[in-house]
Amino acid sequence: MASRLAPPRTAGTYVRRLVVVVYLFLLVIWPVALVVQKTFEGGLDNLQTALSDPVVTDALQLTVVVALWAVAINTVFGVGISLLLVRYEFPGRGVLSALIDLPLSVSPVVVGLALLLAYGGTNGTFGPALEDAGLQIAFATPGIVMATAFVSLPLVIREIVPVLQEIGTEQEQAATSLGAGPWQTFRRITLPSIKWALVYGVVLSLARALGEFGAVKIVSGNIAQQTQTATLVVEQKYQDFEKGSAYATSFLLALIAVAALVVVTILRPKDDTDGH
Amino acid sequence: MGIEIRGVDKFFGDFVALKGIDLSIPSGQLTALLGPSGGGKSTLLRIIAGLESADGGTIEIEGLDATGLPAQKRNVGFVFQHYAAFKHMTVAKNVAFGLEIRKQPKDVVAKKVDELLRLVHLEQFAHRLPSQLSGGQRQRMALARALAIEPSVLLLDEPFGALDAKVRKELRDWLRRLHDEVHVTTVFVTHDQEEALEVASNIVVINEGRIEQVGTPDDLYDRPASEFVLSFLGPVTRLGDHLIRPHDIDITRYEHAATASGRITRWTRVGFEIRLEVTPDDVLHPDPVQVVVTRTEATALQLHEGDLVWLRPRVGAEAFAR
Repeated sequence: MASRLAPPRTAGTYVRRLVVVVYLFLLVIWPVALVVQKTFEGGLDNLQTALSDPVVTDALQLTVVVALWAVAINTVFGVGISLLLVRYEFPGRGVLSALIDLPLSVSPVVVGLALLLAYGGTNGTFGPALEDAGLQIAFATPGIVMATAFVSLPLVIREIVPVLQEIGTEQEQAATSLGAGPWQTFRRITLPSIKWALVYGVVLSLARALGEFGAVKIVSGNIAQQTQTATLVVEQKYQDFEKGSAYATSFLLALIAVAALVVVTILRPKDDTDGH
Repeated sequence: MGIEIRGVDKFFGDFVALKGIDLSIPSGQLTALLGPSGGGKSTLLRIIAGLESADGGTIEIEGLDATGLPAQKRNVGFVFQHYAAFKHMTVAKNVAFGLEIRKQPKDVVAKKVDELLRLVHLEQFAHRLPSQLSGGQRQRMALARALAIEPSVLLLDEPFGALDAKVRKELRDWLRRLHDEVHVTTVFVTHDQEEALEVASNIVVINEGRIEQVGTPDDLYDRPASEFVLSFLGPVTRLGDHLIRPHDIDITRYEHAATASGRITRWTRVGFEIRLEVTPDDVLHPDPVQVVVTRTEATALQLHEGDLVWLRPRVGAEAFAR
């Protein structure tokens, strides 16, 4: 890695730093700190109240289950689609690449509505048939998982694709010439090379999945203790004047996401020696 | 035996990379595929390795038809220009890769890796990562890795192309000596005629997807089959009606059975040699003639830019009528 040359520090340097810090403080740090402060306003009361409320605990449980499923699905398909995009030439590759970004640009509410139209139990395109086969998607966990996976799909792919492009195909070809089959090459060469990009994509995806609101609200039906996720509980508790529980749930959601990011930052090797 | 290539074609869209290549590469020898960039020599090497598929023709490796065989079943050692080191593995793990894929017992692998690292003089670097090695060391590691699987042929694609001149020279000598020890059929691609002449026992000149000539280094240098081979193997110049190497021209200060005469119009000193351009007086052959003399010769003859000199082929020089 190239060492950064330190330019001379002038008054401008400090002004620029101040602008960035003030901006981040007003936009991110201060509001989030307020949630933490409100959560612990009466000591641990808010957290205890929230965690003894079955509506909250069920929702947290559902959120974790949904997030894990969505992340697992995104990991498998994310790696697969990334390999397809980088390693193969096929007609429509550019279109596919553009489509991958769709979930980031389309409002989650639209995503929820679209899924409902396709998989709704009574008048969706595939819904009735699937329901007859005993699989309920809308207003049930599978629908919530789908909505969550949909909105967080690009995060894994956008982390992996640049790394795959950078490492090139020579190492894989070398492995092949040494007798490794496609699966051995993937497991021993490709996967270790994209490991950290994948981990980072998974963590971002997990954070996004935990926080998904719009798409889930439409697809889930928001039924307490059945299809209500943690973000939906926050909204409901806030509107029902149980602000203490709303703050506590928000705090827990933020805590999981931040913890995941911190763990990855600590685990990630400091110097990514690239061998060039 | 060795490698038998019959009627191999390769197209990239409209571009003809290789056209009807027929070639026998002898067993146990060091063969160079020599030619300009984009001439098809790397493509041919990759087709032999199975990393690229031919659009027609057959490949036989040591008596085994390999035409339809995938790369991982050809038992071919391949060395890439940019090393293709497995960056996340130590040097020892890199070398062990092919053996572990073949599910060899641990102690056999360890012994073999030790042996190979000693062969390529990297035994003290076994536990380093490739990023901690120099370019030359990485390429020696890549060679050990390719040799580990006891390949039936060893293929090297511009193996020293990414190294600096001094290391390149060392590795050439080293490859030559290594080949004397292991005797595996070796084919390497290069665009450097000096490298081919120095290292190979057999040279195949490839240009624009076709084979120009096959032969020993001396054959090619002394009896080039075409003007292309002649000019690719070293500088040539026209003296009268003949093409000749610039160092094969005798330069004198007085007329003595000379082919041409003229004034020295250009003078470039490169270390021990001096490259001269002599513009002939002859109106039929007015193009400047390149002449190379050593500094000692130039001093002995008291040559200077602008002097009138006489030129003739040296005794024993090969001149090619064109």
